[in-house]
Amino acid sequence: MPDGGDAVLDVRGLKTVFRTRGGEVHAVNSVSFHLKKGELLGVVGESGSGKSVTMMSLIGLLPSPPADVRAGTVMLGNRDLLKISPDELRDVRGAKIGFVFQDPMTSLNPVFTVGSQIMEPLIRHLGLTKDQARSRAIDLLELVGISDAANRLQSFPHQYSGGMRQRVMIAIALSCDPDVLIADEPTTALDVTIQAQILELVKGLRQKLGMAIIWITHDLGVIAGIADRVMVMYGGQVVEQAPVKELFAHPQHPYTRALLKTIPSLTGTRAARLQVIEGQPPIMMAEPASCPFCDRCAHVFDRCRRENPVRRGIDTRPVGYGHDVACHWTPEAAVA
Amino acid sequence: MLDATPAPLVKVRGLKMYFPVYTGILRRHTGDVKAVDGVSFDILQGETLGLVGESGCGKSTVGRALLRLYDLTGGSVEIDGEDIAKLSPEALRKKRPTMQMVFQDPQASLNPRMTLAQIVGEPLVEHADLSATDRDARIHQLMDQVGLNRRFANRFPHEFSGGQRQRIGIARALALNPKFIVCDEPITALDVSIQAQVVNLLEDLQDRLGLTYLFISHDLSMVRHIADRVAVMYLGRIAELSPRDALYDRPLHPYAEALLSAVNEPDPNLARRERIILQGDVPSPAKPPKGCNFNTRCPRVMDICRSVKPELAQVEPGRLVACHLYSNIPHAGSTGGPEVYEHLQQGVNT
Repeated sequence: MPDGGDAVLDVRGLKTVFRTRGGEVHAVNSVSFHLKKGELLGVVGESGSGKSVTMMSLIGLLPSPPADVRAGTVMLGNRDLLKISPDELRDVRGAKIGFVFQDPMTSLNPVFTVGSQIMEPLIRHLGLTKDQARSRAIDLLELVGISDAANRLQSFPHQYSGGMRQRVMIAIALSCDPDVLIADEPTTALDVTIQAQILELVKGLRQKLGMAIIWITHDLGVIAGIADRVMVMYGGQVVEQAPVKELFAHPQHPYTRALLKTIPSLTGTRAARLQVIEGQPPIMMAEPASCPFCDRCAHVFDRCRRENPVRRGIDTRPVGYGHDVACHWTPEAAVA
Repeated sequence: MLDATPAPLVKVRGLKMYFPVYTGILRRHTGDVKAVDGVSFDILQGETLGLVGESGCGKSTVGRALLRLYDLTGGSVEIDGEDIAKLSPEALRKKRPTMQMVFQDPQASLNPRMTLAQIVGEPLVEHADLSATDRDARIHQLMDQVGLNRRFANRFPHEFSGGQRQRIGIARALALNPKFIVCDEPITALDVSIQAQVVNLLEDLQDRLGLTYLFISHDLSMVRHIADRVAVMYLGRIAELSPRDALYDRPLHPYAEALLSAVNEPDPNLARRERIILQGDVPSPAKPPKGCNFNTRCPRVMDICRSVKPELAQVEPGRLVACHLYSNIPHAGSTGGPEVYEHLQQGVNT
């Protein structure tokens, strides 16, 4: 690997297909990325862009059928998660990779106390006794900023507010000191003031615990505030990848550019009219033979409809490590 | 806003909407959820008033109460000169065409067994006396207005995307030439790239048809784009009501300030600025705190906030704020509107 072997997670050529009655839906197409130790990778995209399916495929959370992870390697350390047995994968989930889902109400079990749900992975993965697990659970709740933790362990999820439930989910995901935390739209269901609390919490925990985080969202504002590096997905593919400041300062892909323009801002001059991306995101019913964005792109030309672009670096660093984009169009091509 | 102020189309005074709570075996009335507790504002002809706040603050309830989808607990709602809170069912039915609603979830607000033409045509069947050919012509005209292809007239809602479904909802709201439309989070369920399409459509229609909107949303940056004035609600009451630019440049109420500071700007340099992080959660509207309802989370709370409820009062021309921080500031000039002053002995700690 170009900058040393410090990637904790390395995904290459991941393909996931859903078999439906209407045919196969190619939800994820040759997605490659890596995650360095202590890094926060933001994944942005609209619904249906394949961002959640990609992350679920990594840790075998998709029901099969209908899902089918066809190709690719997912290296966590020196193990390929797509090749190991279901039992081994269970040991990875929770212990090595923590997962926080979008909706904290549906991802907690309503009939068990919060305490028993935090203690479960501790007993299962770390082999603690009940008493040890309880004291660790109290520490975890305090870590995520829930006061009166010892008494709160006895409460049920419905007695918690939305923001507190999400804190509990984060506590569970962190319980076994995972190397990687995958957070799938963890703040989307929350109000802005609560969202700000959770973002601050995650920033603080990162400094304290130094784990690598993948943060999935459709909110570019959240990404701007929290990520080190950003990966933009569209139509099941990675269309652009760059360090966060670079991406917002010099977006390359027409989709990223348009997306940044459609969002109204709180500051600066107020546009008389919003920029619009006409049309709808595609449903990939076959392996794409053209650029998935070609029907909505302002810069489309023949080659886009003939050939699906591969990611190319736009600086000297290799693809995946600097700024890269999957697009045939360049400012020069517009002239030619 | 212009100085030659147009007449208000909608006048809301002391609107209250309580939902009773019954407990025990005898289902005794033990309390009320005060979803909206004394809200007053005007919406001028042709204006868009943005109504923002967190979930549970009562903003959707205000929207529904304004169209009398609920029977009000108290207060009055005057639309186009008539107090709809007092109208008889028959008179209310005649009034309905002037006031319409666009709902949040286009999936749930369209009947899955009706075709687009039936959905858009239903209000015409109910309220307008049109022949079948005239009705079809009107349906087609409405579809053109919202940018739906006429060939889609006989399709069902599931055959459309989210953005198209929201266009159907808008066409239905427009069918009877309303003057006033309540847009209850019309873009929340849509993807970012589709949101802009729907917002532009709403703006075009307003320009062309002279519509007046109440635009309910929790997306502060989108409200900045579409609204002329903005009301910030917290726990059933209005915390601040200001012209758009004044509010976004310099919010006066501490809650409005915290809310704006919590928004994530899509710019890595801005997004990493210092923010005001509010502690705790919104209290339950069944047991609102005594005094100012924001006192449990307010970073600038004073003693008086825990005992006396601040009234919404004009602190600068055109800006109404319900906060004790501003209640002893002598104010310059008067343009009318509710003005209540609390004369305090304590100094204001800022």
